[in-house]
Amino acid sequence: MSNISAISQKEIRTYFYSPVAYILISFFLLITGWFFGTNLFLINEATMRNIFSIIPLIFIFFIPAITMRTIAEEKRSGTIELLCTTPVTETQIVVGKFFASLVLLVAAILSTLVYVIILAILGSPDGGIILAGYIGLILMGAAYSAIGIFSSTISQNQIVAFIISFFIIIILFLLDKFLYFIPIWLGSILQYISIDFHFQNIARGVIDSRDIIYYLSIVFIFLFFACKSLYKRKYL
Amino acid sequence: MIEVKNLTKDYGQLRAVDNISFTIPQGEIVGFLGPNGAGKTTTLKIMTCFMPPNAGNVYIDDLNIYQNSIQIRKKIGYLPEGCPLYGEMNVIDFLKFVAELRDIEKASIHKRIKEMIQTCGLKDVVHQEIGELSKGFRQRVGLAGAMIHNPEILILDEPTSGLDPNQIAEIRALIKQLGREKTVLISTHILREVEATCDRVIIIDKGKIVADGPLAEIQNSFHNQNRVYFEIKADTHMLIDEFESLPNIDSIQLYSKENSLYKFYVNFSKDKDIRPDLYNFIKSKEWILFEMRAEQRSLEDIFRQLTEKVEDNE
Ligand SMILES: Nc1ncnc2c1ncn2[C@@H]1O[C@H](COP(=O)(O)OP(=O)(O)O)[C@@H](O)[C@H]1O
Ligand SMILES: [Mg+2]
Repeated sequence: MSNISAISQKEIRTYFYSPVAYILISFFLLITGWFFGTNLFLINEATMRNIFSIIPLIFIFFIPAITMRTIAEEKRSGTIELLCTTPVTETQIVVGKFFASLVLLVAAILSTLVYVIILAILGSPDGGIILAGYIGLILMGAAYSAIGIFSSTISQNQIVAFIISFFIIIILFLLDKFLYFIPIWLGSILQYISIDFHFQNIARGVIDSRDIIYYLSIVFIFLFFACKSLYKRKYL
Repeated sequence: MIEVKNLTKDYGQLRAVDNISFTIPQGEIVGFLGPNGAGKTTTLKIMTCFMPPNAGNVYIDDLNIYQNSIQIRKKIGYLPEGCPLYGEMNVIDFLKFVAELRDIEKASIHKRIKEMIQTCGLKDVVHQEIGELSKGFRQRVGLAGAMIHNPEILILDEPTSGLDPNQIAEIRALIKQLGREKTVLISTHILREVEATCDRVIIIDKGKIVADGPLAEIQNSFHNQNRVYFEIKADTHMLIDEFESLPNIDSIQLYSKENSLYKFYVNFSKDKDIRPDLYNFIKSKEWILFEMRAEQRSLEDIFRQLTEKVEDNE
């Protein structure tokens, strides 16, 4: 456990040593801010709905960008050798890095609380739905992060890692978007695998254990693959 | 004690390490010498549990890399080739990070870091970013990280490569000092390195061990010739011929001849020391002997010959 926290802390510090974290979070706030503004002033609605529907899309870029370096960079610079010859396990490395990206992610998500405060001043938003939306975002973000970490173990090139996670995520995201052309039995399977479907459920304000289990399974599966992939570093 | 047994490692089609075995008793400083691509780094990566071999095992005391990977890592301090470090961290944060990964107790982390800063001479750079340090300092930081948990065994992969001569001397002195109570394995492709720091050398080439023992022993056993260097002043054109006609001589190599000063080597078989005969022969002549000394064949020579001989066999 102390190894995991050592790795997480180091990783978080690395995010904030470099301008990456600041740039990403500013960018995130800029886009969400724009959507918030148009929503508030043009449509005159006191909800976070618009923001909650845009964040999953932003995440498709944002999360691969924060996870791409985590392990790929260790491989490129050779520090993976330092790390893997100390008494830490692959699992501790992967989980440590995952928690670190989660921290950055939650920081970004919580930065949008500014909008909630503005809403609360200007109108009376539905607190329950907003809370559910945040829980959904964090779960979804965690799933994306696990995919990103896994992709980062595959290559020593950050860009390759970005592209791989981007594609995995976008495929999982689009799965339930073309259901009209597909037989119903297959459609419901695809829907269950789709990463966005579960978020839509949660964002409606219904927190169903199936949706939570889905995200936790995605996290678990991809972190498991990440450990296996890191363990198979035969050629490094 | 370290025991490497029948280690083999393939990268696809390429056999990087080919069934090698050696043992290193506790407290010895051993050089792992071989030209680039010989398989040194691969062997060290296996010994430090970074990656598994295709066959064979490494034992450290009664532990082995398959069943006791974590315990073995605890006993070893490792400086990987090229000294990879987190460039964006500063020195003290890096040492803290490594100390935490090494499970050093919270209470003694601070003391341990201070000690390493002291021994490795890092006082002036503790708050600097590692990426901005000179190569010499980076190497010291790497060593400090490798030593922070006070391991029994220190494994260093080309610890002085890329350094300037002053830095090399400093790092060697540091290794010698650090290695006083430890078992140390230093890989290098430079013979000087081994001469400067090691009790014993294991020479590897094309994934195979071609020699193993104290340097002097290898040097002796390797060639069965003795060699004497002469400088003689003589008013004759026949000096070399006269030497060649002596019994028990293998060959004469003329090094230079200026006016009547001859500089040359006499090679003769190890079986019989003919130096008294040579001396008596010269005494019987009207020559002036300027110098006569036994020559060791240079280690560079032997190393080159050892690591090329295998090539010839293929
Ligand atoms: N990751 C790798 N993939 C493929 N071949 C490798 C890899 N690492 C090393 N090799 C090859 O294995 C051989 C031994 O390499 P190495 O152990 O690094 O030698 P040394 O450290 O003695 O220079 C070399 O021929 C090298 O090209
Ligand atoms: Mg090497």
